[in-house]
Amino acid sequence: MTAVAPGPAGMMTSEVLPARSAASQDWNDILKWGAIGAASIAFLALTGMLVVLDPRPVISGALSLGYVAMIWVPLVLGYTTTKQVVLEGMARNEQGAADVVRGALIGALTGAGMSILAVLVNAFDLRDPLVNWSPELLAKLGFDRGLGFGVIAWIVLGAVLGALGASLHLMPARIAKTLGIVVGTILFVSIFEAFLDDLLEGFGLTFLTDFLYASRGGLTIVSTIVLGIAAALFGMFGSGKSAGLTAKLDAMEAPQRKNANMLIWAAGLAALVLLPIFTGKITNELLANVGIFLLLALGLNIVVGLAGILDLGYVAFFAVGGYTVAILTSPNSPGFSPGLPWWVALIVTVFMAVLAGLLIGAPVIRMRGDYLAIVTLGFGEIIRLLALSDWLKGWFGGAQGITNIPPADFGLFEVKGTDPRSVYYLTLFFVLVAIYVSWRLEGSRLGRAWMAVREDESVAEAMGINTVNIKLAAFVVGAVLASFGGAILSAKVGSIFPTSFLILVSVIILVVVIVGGMGNIAGVIAGSVVLIGVLGGPKQPGLLQEFSTFKLLIYGALLVWMMLKRPEGLIPNARRTRELHQEEFLQDAWLKGEIDTDDDDVADAVDTVVDAVDGEASTGGAPA
Amino acid sequence: MTRLLEIEKLSVTFGGLHALKDLDFHVDEGEIVSVIGPNGAGKTTFFNMISGMVAPTSGDIRFEGNSIVGYDPNQVTAAGIARTFQNVRLFANMTILENVMVAQHCRTKTGAFGALFNTAGFKREEEEIRQHGIDVLGFFGTRLTGYRLEQPASVLSYANRRRLEIARAMATRPKLILLDEPVAGMNPKESAELTGLIGKLRSEWGFTVVMIEHDMGVVRDVSDRVVVLDHGEPIAQGSYEEVSTDPQVIEAYLGRPVEKRKKSDVDTSETGATA
Ligand SMILES: Nc1ncnc2c1ncn2[C@@H]1O[C@H](COP(=O)(O)OP(=O)(O)O)[C@@H](O)[C@H]1O
Ligand SMILES: [Mg+2]
Repeated sequence: MTAVAPGPAGMMTSEVLPARSAASQDWNDILKWGAIGAASIAFLALTGMLVVLDPRPVISGALSLGYVAMIWVPLVLGYTTTKQVVLEGMARNEQGAADVVRGALIGALTGAGMSILAVLVNAFDLRDPLVNWSPELLAKLGFDRGLGFGVIAWIVLGAVLGALGASLHLMPARIAKTLGIVVGTILFVSIFEAFLDDLLEGFGLTFLTDFLYASRGGLTIVSTIVLGIAAALFGMFGSGKSAGLTAKLDAMEAPQRKNANMLIWAAGLAALVLLPIFTGKITNELLANVGIFLLLALGLNIVVGLAGILDLGYVAFFAVGGYTVAILTSPNSPGFSPGLPWWVALIVTVFMAVLAGLLIGAPVIRMRGDYLAIVTLGFGEIIRLLALSDWLKGWFGGAQGITNIPPADFGLFEVKGTDPRSVYYLTLFFVLVAIYVSWRLEGSRLGRAWMAVREDESVAEAMGINTVNIKLAAFVVGAVLASFGGAILSAKVGSIFPTSFLILVSVIILVVVIVGGMGNIAGVIAGSVVLIGVLGGPKQPGLLQEFSTFKLLIYGALLVWMMLKRPEGLIPNARRTRELHQEEFLQDAWLKGEIDTDDDDVADAVDTVVDAVDGEASTGGAPA
Repeated sequence: MTRLLEIEKLSVTFGGLHALKDLDFHVDEGEIVSVIGPNGAGKTTFFNMISGMVAPTSGDIRFEGNSIVGYDPNQVTAAGIARTFQNVRLFANMTILENVMVAQHCRTKTGAFGALFNTAGFKREEEEIRQHGIDVLGFFGTRLTGYRLEQPASVLSYANRRRLEIARAMATRPKLILLDEPVAGMNPKESAELTGLIGKLRSEWGFTVVMIEHDMGVVRDVSDRVVVLDHGEPIAQGSYEEVSTDPQVIEAYLGRPVEKRKKSDVDTSETGATA
């Protein structure tokens, strides 16, 4: 059930009782959550994050990424375990000191998890099964100041953060929000260091970089304070403005709003076109990677998000694109090397992708749900193994792959890996194509049929939709978009190997689509930027390069968490949200009086009058 | 009158259970035929076989003279037979308008190309689909039109969902409509109104109708002919009066407890007929 905020006049509201005394606590519950917290934080430390991420400073000399990866645990636990579920009509206590005490205790127990770990690491050597059970870990657990300091510090730190988390509920909303903005800004500016550094340099604002960042990376203490104050001022006084702006946009008349939307789109597009001019190689490389995965995600979004076909072998089409271009353009192609220009090869690629879509699609498309997922998973691997095989080595080059793929030559300019800006533009073009295709198809006869199939396949078929053809169409459109990605990859990297097309690629693209928001273009964009841009792709580093060892752990955790808490994704599609929260949605509609209740309907009343006048409603003999 | 649907010795077994046995049946163009029978008699299975969702074990189904046994459900719909479901099965998260638009799939043809390049043909067809959708929704007055068009089907009341199911079937531009218990769960006023509309399906839209119905009042008021199934076997066919006085039918209904939900309906009409 959703927690319903006290509604409009006349509705039930919860009775609020005075706050509990600080000493009245549910001790068992505190112990339980404390143990969960302690286990989680110790687990995170043992994954190696604390040590591996430590070299990356967030605030130079004060806070490293390693510690950030730990201390969110007591903070978040303190916040969530003191959050009240407000149920309509149920009495509840006002939140107060008792909650802060509860948060602090749970936080302290969580911190104690690290203290205990420190003592254990000091006493025993378990390095054999646990690779991260190391002297470095012990040093970091003691904050580089020794075991005794560490043991006490973790408990105190945990308690403080837990209490802070709990007290977020007590603060006025505006203060809590401002705090969030301050922390968010500091983390953002620190994590995006490489990107901002690059961008500021492009604009000739190096003095800002020098001010913001320490020479060995991370914010300086002074810049942290300045940023914090600036963010706080914005949070207190400025943040209302953006809400006002959206409200204004919403209030506009349809044609006016359309113009405003066009303006926003045009501005965004202009920014995307101009951006790489000001950024350097590394950033452009990153942007190009985000673009390639975005392209793949947009394609998969049509298959999974619109048509509801869970394709786990999507990487197959990425490989088809990559290998087709490699064979047709590279002079080193072992079997057949016509040495075509890239764009000619691209045309052939489209045909190959359609063919592959049909070939792989035809046998699997009649299956449903889990079966289809498993079989597509198999096909994804088959394509890679064929490329790797000795049997087809004469064509695909086996494990050595195909190298020496020339740049994509467009006469006026060349797209090649050593010039990431050109790759970025090429990718941007295809991403725009993919967005356009998704957008147009979604609102067409084909898009409606996809949705119907997703909703109920048997009924869709009974309503005259040839579900096999329709699903194949989704498969083929997705295949073509993925093959574009492969074609770009070939020109960009200059060589293609079977290991470029691991199952992991399918999985990561799927996670991007799910985390971003299935069936929603904006969601897929957000998912790619956040996941690929920040954490990195299967092989491509993101902004947080240090995370690469933990990328899969984080992807997995994120996926599980999203499935539990927000299955509709970061930026949900309204329709998808309804599908996933049907019950709550109906309940809300009912509470708001929006639901259609049979007879008392105005429409009904009108009809009855009309019918009575027609004299036709009397044909039926209602049972006497 | 021309034969629209002709069924010969149709049988189906589900693991030994004869859900339908040697059914001979026909519908002429412009008829309204009711199929009645106790729960579990095989009525829905009968519809499932006509609509291609269940394959018959033996027998033949001919529509406009051509056998449609072995057709996929979408081919059956394309041939001109549309249906509704006993347990309403709408596309709950698509809008009301989209529900009737998507049902016109097999009558329209623009593909990806038209949509991508927004061709004149695409725009024209979209407009036609939309207009026809609004037309069929208008069959139920203003209940499913206006502001409702853009609402998801899931917010509709039970009775309106049943109406939308019928509208969706109408949208496929069929010749024959199969209605599976169209008034089930409706109150007397609603069911009386729908009875009138079933008549109009024929008089205004020119559809031929086969309807499964428990409400004997509705059956009496609209049907030209009634077929009674029991245990998968046809036990009587004929006008309402003939069927309702048939001793075998009376036994089928009275020889064992009549299902509770419909008791009052069946009782009143049955006793009325037998008295
Ligand atoms: N797909 C199926 N598999 C097995 N048994 C079925 C299937 N469909 C229907 N039946 C059985 O066939 C009989 C007739 O069911 P049905 O046609 O739904 O009856 P009704 O006349 O109430 O619509 C029932 O006993 C039912 O359990
Ligand atoms: Mg039935």
